Amino acid sequence: MLELSGDRSRHALRALAVQDVLDGLRLWRLAVTLGWLDIKLRYRGSMLGPFWLTLSTAVMIGSLGVLYAALFHMNVREYLPFLALSQVLWGFLSTLISDGCTCFTGSEALILSVRMPLSVHAFRVLVRGLLILAHNVVVIVAVYIYFSIWPGDVLAMAVPGMLVWMLDAVALTLLLGAIGSRYRDIPPIVASVVQIAFFVTPVIWKPQQLGVHAWVLPYNPFFALLEVVRAPMLGYLPSAMTWLMAVVYSVLLLGFSWWLFTRARGRVAFWL
Amino acid sequence: MLRSFRRLRAKRPADRSEARVDVDHLTVFFPLYHGNSRSLKKTVFAAATGRLGRDAQHRPGVQALRDISFHLRSGDRLGLIGSNGAGKTTLLRTLAGIYEPVEGRVRVQGSLNALLNTQLGMNPDQTGRENIMLRGLYDGLTRVQLARLAEDVSSFADLGDFLDLPVRIYSSGMMVRLAFALATAIRPQILLMDEWILAGDAAFLDRARARLEGMVRGADILVLSTHDTSILQDWCERVIWLDQGRVREDGPARDVLRHYQQAMTPGAPVDDVPVDDVPVDDRSVDVDGQVQDPAASDPKEEIPQGGDPQGGDDESTHRDAGPSIPRAGLHRAGAGA
Repeated sequence: MLELSGDRSRHALRALAVQDVLDGLRLWRLAVTLGWLDIKLRYRGSMLGPFWLTLSTAVMIGSLGVLYAALFHMNVREYLPFLALSQVLWGFLSTLISDGCTCFTGSEALILSVRMPLSVHAFRVLVRGLLILAHNVVVIVAVYIYFSIWPGDVLAMAVPGMLVWMLDAVALTLLLGAIGSRYRDIPPIVASVVQIAFFVTPVIWKPQQLGVHAWVLPYNPFFALLEVVRAPMLGYLPSAMTWLMAVVYSVLLLGFSWWLFTRARGRVAFWL
Repeated sequence: MLRSFRRLRAKRPADRSEARVDVDHLTVFFPLYHGNSRSLKKTVFAAATGRLGRDAQHRPGVQALRDISFHLRSGDRLGLIGSNGAGKTTLLRTLAGIYEPVEGRVRVQGSLNALLNTQLGMNPDQTGRENIMLRGLYDGLTRVQLARLAEDVSSFADLGDFLDLPVRIYSSGMMVRLAFALATAIRPQILLMDEWILAGDAAFLDRARARLEGMVRGADILVLSTHDTSILQDWCERVIWLDQGRVREDGPARDVLRHYQQAMTPGAPVDDVPVDDVPVDDRSVDVDGQVQDPAASDPKEEIPQGGDPQGGDDESTHRDAGPSIPRAGLHRAGAGA
């Protein structure tokens, strides 16, 4: 039973948004298949398939790792694992952000053909990102084996960080997707913001290099969120301040995203 | 709607009779954003022909549908007719739940499938089989059911080896067959179709009709939108004529189609009217004199079912009003008798 009306009261909008997310979760097999087919399609007919991702990441980290270790006067054994991890995790975040902007506009044909929960498109973007991440994790594992590194039990602390990431990813995708379908300038704006964030966030440079100014880092949302997953994988715990800010930024993001999604959900089809 | 898809699979026979569509005072408004979205502009202009220039000139958008009301029950076959931009596709999309109403209400009970365009939301780069799988997953089918769906669709659509090739390289006829087979394989209770179905070749149309008629006989609802009056004449018993987003006329297919054709061809030559097809007691026979039987004009279609049960009297109740009032209670053509 589908009942839609011009009722724009908060209660009605919220009920539909909740329904959207629940239906989206129920359709998880569809979202997984869509994400998987996206990857398969991208590499259809190529010899290595999605392992091109693994290969290009490996080549980039190998060359940049040696180069920047020399530039920063660090030893490769210390720097390269850090870079490998940072690059792969950052790659996941930035792909997610840029794909998020187009998650509805890119599925225009589908959205205008059937009534489908919008959250499916967000889950699809997340699945796609996770699949790419899974291919790149191979590089991290290889680096760890090569340098015989084992982060230890603290690695388990990356799990709560990853859970926060999953929630944030869906929220961010719904948020950017809705704004991106209404204002078509959003993808390039977001792309340049991410580009700047890449340089001001310790991705290729280490947080320690900031010396006494390192206290400012947790206020950078990109750093806080990156660090809660990266630090445990490098064998140390993120500071309490980092975790606190990661949670604060996530709550803000989830709240804002939900607020916007409840209002924009019924309008997205008109904006496409 | 998803829930109803599930219910359909679980206990379809019991649910069949429940299919219904209620549309009350539906209004859909298209926002118009200047210059920042080409695709949106395209959509709006497609939906708004004839309305932008006049009354909506100073508004930041277009009223694609205005105060539409109608009700459908199991067994109803509704046709939508009207010029380009009259709101037919927008209405179908609103029934499908893709566009949400700005005012008024749409209630749809029963599983629903919309064949709004040949692409059917398919990804052209993916193979026919992959697209079938996605559609099946959307309907929550299990692995076994997915295999059966692929089997059913490929045999009806007659695609052969093309099933494992990207949909992009299909001919338009193959696209139509695939989309139609797919949308009807899932046996929706309510089927919404846009006019692209006419892109099929004649042989396919016959088979499509056999399959569709089977579905409609099972007490389902069909809503079909097209320019082709002969198709409407054959497939639908009730027609709503949309004009500029409003219901201009709502009534038995033959009457509405005749008036529509009169309006479309002003000053057309007076034709011989098939005797068995026009009620003798028609009050507006003088106006109707020029009518050209829509079905008879299309050679490839068979002769219209002349012996339509409702002969005349009750039809006149909803025909003479020009731009008719949406009939809330009317759900079957000629049901008044």
